[in-house]
Amino acid sequence: MTVLFKIAFRAIQRNKLRSSLTVLGIIIGVGAVIVMVSIGQGAKAFVEKQLESLGTNVLIIIPISTTHAAARGTTGTITLTAEDAFAMVEESAAVSYVSPGIRTTTQVVYGNMNWTTGVSGVGPDYQIIRSWTLKDGRFITQQDVNTMAKVCVLGQTVVINLFGALDPIGRWVRVNNIPFKVVGVLSAKGQSPTGQDQDDMVLMPYTTVQRKIMGVTYISYVLASSTTAESRFEAIDQITSLLRQRHRLRPNEENDFTVISQVEFASTVMETSHTMGILLGSIALVSLFVGGIGIMNIMLVSTTERTREIGIRMAVGAKEKDILFQFLIESTVLSSLGGVIGIIAGIFTSKLVSYYGGWPSLVSPPSIAIAFFFSNMVGIFFGYYPARKASRLNPIEALRYE
Amino acid sequence: MGAVKVSALQGVSLAIKKGEFVAVMGASGSGKSTMMHILGCLDSPTQGSYYLDGIEVSRFSKNELAEIRNKKLGFIFQSFNLLSRTTVVENIELPLIYRKKTSKVDLDKIHRIMHSLGLGGFDRHYPNQLSGGQQQRVAIARAIVNEPTLLLADEPTGNLDSATSKDVMNILRDLNQNMGITIVLVTHETDIALYARRIIVLKDGKVLSDCPSQSSVLSDPSFPG
Repeated sequence: MTVLFKIAFRAIQRNKLRSSLTVLGIIIGVGAVIVMVSIGQGAKAFVEKQLESLGTNVLIIIPISTTHAAARGTTGTITLTAEDAFAMVEESAAVSYVSPGIRTTTQVVYGNMNWTTGVSGVGPDYQIIRSWTLKDGRFITQQDVNTMAKVCVLGQTVVINLFGALDPIGRWVRVNNIPFKVVGVLSAKGQSPTGQDQDDMVLMPYTTVQRKIMGVTYISYVLASSTTAESRFEAIDQITSLLRQRHRLRPNEENDFTVISQVEFASTVMETSHTMGILLGSIALVSLFVGGIGIMNIMLVSTTERTREIGIRMAVGAKEKDILFQFLIESTVLSSLGGVIGIIAGIFTSKLVSYYGGWPSLVSPPSIAIAFFFSNMVGIFFGYYPARKASRLNPIEALRYE
Repeated sequence: MGAVKVSALQGVSLAIKKGEFVAVMGASGSGKSTMMHILGCLDSPTQGSYYLDGIEVSRFSKNELAEIRNKKLGFIFQSFNLLSRTTVVENIELPLIYRKKTSKVDLDKIHRIMHSLGLGGFDRHYPNQLSGGQQQRVAIARAIVNEPTLLLADEPTGNLDSATSKDVMNILRDLNQNMGITIVLVTHETDIALYARRIIVLKDGKVLSDCPSQSSVLSDPSFPG
C-alpha cells in the first residue's frame, strides 16, 4: 500500500501544472463551501446573539386578545395595570422579574435639538429582564417610580442625535415641555432581529409616563422574565390563569390579553437565516461537484495517456486492485490536497468577507471537517470510474498502445 | 459488422523443458504473438491446456494470472517498455513491489544484477538518458529480478542495431547457459533465432517445424528467411 502511495505521489509530481489545475478546482469548491457555510453560520450566530440580547426568557404581555377582541369592540387597553404585573411576580412561581411598561412616541428636546422617539415608562427590573448594561450613570430606581421622578435614561441613538459628543448625564431634556433629568445612558444594543434600532428610545419611570406625560392609569404592556428559558411555557400558563382570575373572566370568555414569547417570535427570523444558509451551502456544493468532474476528467486523460504504463505494470504482475488503488489514491490525494488548501483559503476568504463586507462569518470546526470529508469523497467518487477503467484494461492491448 | 472469430493457434502441442532456449519464428499472422501471450500468461487459450512449471494455468482468473506472471515470468519487449521518468533502479524493482508480501526490496540483489549486465552506476538515470542497448539491458534486469521460471523475449533486438543486438543476444545466451533460465524468444530474424538451441516455426497457427537449431531449415542458406 505504501508503494502505491509512492507511485501516486510521483505521478502527481510529474505533471505539476496539470495536477495544480485539478487541485485548483477542488480548492475553489472546498473554499466556496467553507466561505458560504461560515457566512450562513455567521448570520445564524448573529441572529442568535440578537435573540440572546432580547433575552430567551423574556415574555411580553399585552392587552387585547388576538382573536375576537376587536370584533367585540373591547377596548382592552385599559385592562392591564401595574398591579397585574406585580401579581405575576408574587404569585407565579416561574416568573422572576416583571416590569410594567407604557409606551408613547413623542418629541424629546435638548436645547435647539429635537428628536422624535419612543418614550417607554418602565420599572427598575426592566434592566435585568433585558440584560441591558449602562454606559454611564444609573438606571431608574424604585424610588424614582414611587416619587414619579422626572428622570430619564437615554438610548445611544437618542444621545447621538440630541447631544452629539456632549456628555448628557446631569443635563435636562424636555418632553411635552416638562424637563427631565438625564441620569443614565444605555450601552448600544444595535438592531433587533426584526431590524429595529433598539437604541432609539428614552426610558423613564412608568409612573412618570403615566401621570406626567400621558395622564392615564393603565399600562400598555408588561415585560416579564421566566426563571429559566425552559420554564417560559410554565410561566405563560401561570400568567394566563392569573390574569384570567384577576380580570374575572368566565371560562367561556376569551383572554383579554396575549402573552408573547420572544423566542417564538424570533424563531421565524432564525428559520429564514437557516434557509439562507442551506441555499448558500448548496450553491457551494455545486462548485465542489464541478471540481470533482475536473478530477474525473484529468484522471480519464491520465489513464488513457498512461495505458502503456498500466500494461507494463500488469505484465510484471500488478493485479486489478493494484492498478485500481494506484489511480484511486492519486485522485484522492489530489482532492484532499485541494481540500486542505481550500479550507485554508476558505477560512482566509471568509475573514476577508466579514472584514470588508461587514458580513458576520463563523468558521466552525464541523464545517471544516465536513468540507474535508466531502473533498475526499469527491476524489474517491470521481476517481473511481477512471481507476476502474484503467484496472480493467487488457494487458496485451495496453502494451500495444501507442 | 461484428468481430469475426479467428483462431490464431490451432492444435499446437509442444513441451519446453527447463533450461531450454527456444526461438519461435513465423511470418506475421502465423500465431507467434498469440503463442507468446499464452506462454506469458497474458492471455488464456480458448481451448486446450497450458502447464507452466507443472501448474495448469489455462483456466486461471486474471488475478491468478497476474500472480503467476509476477512469480514465474519475465518479459523482454521490442520497445523495451520501461517506465519513462522512472529511474533505472525503480524500473528494475517493479516486479518486486507487486509481490504479495512487500518485504524490503533487496537492493543488493538489484545492484548485483545491474553490475552483471554492465549497468553499474546507472541507478539514478532515467531510461531516456540511456542508449537502446542499455535500455534493453535494464529491461532484462527487470525480467530476471524475480528469478523467473520462464523468460519471454518478444523481438528483443527489433529496435537495436546489429552490434547491440549481438550484445543483448549474448546476454540472453549467458542467462540460459550459466543461470539455467528457460528462454522463449520470438523473432523473425534468422540470425537472432540461431542463438537458440531449438527453433519452432509457426505457420497459420500450426507448428511447421520444431527441431534443434543446427538441423533447422533455417541453417540451410537456401531457406528464405
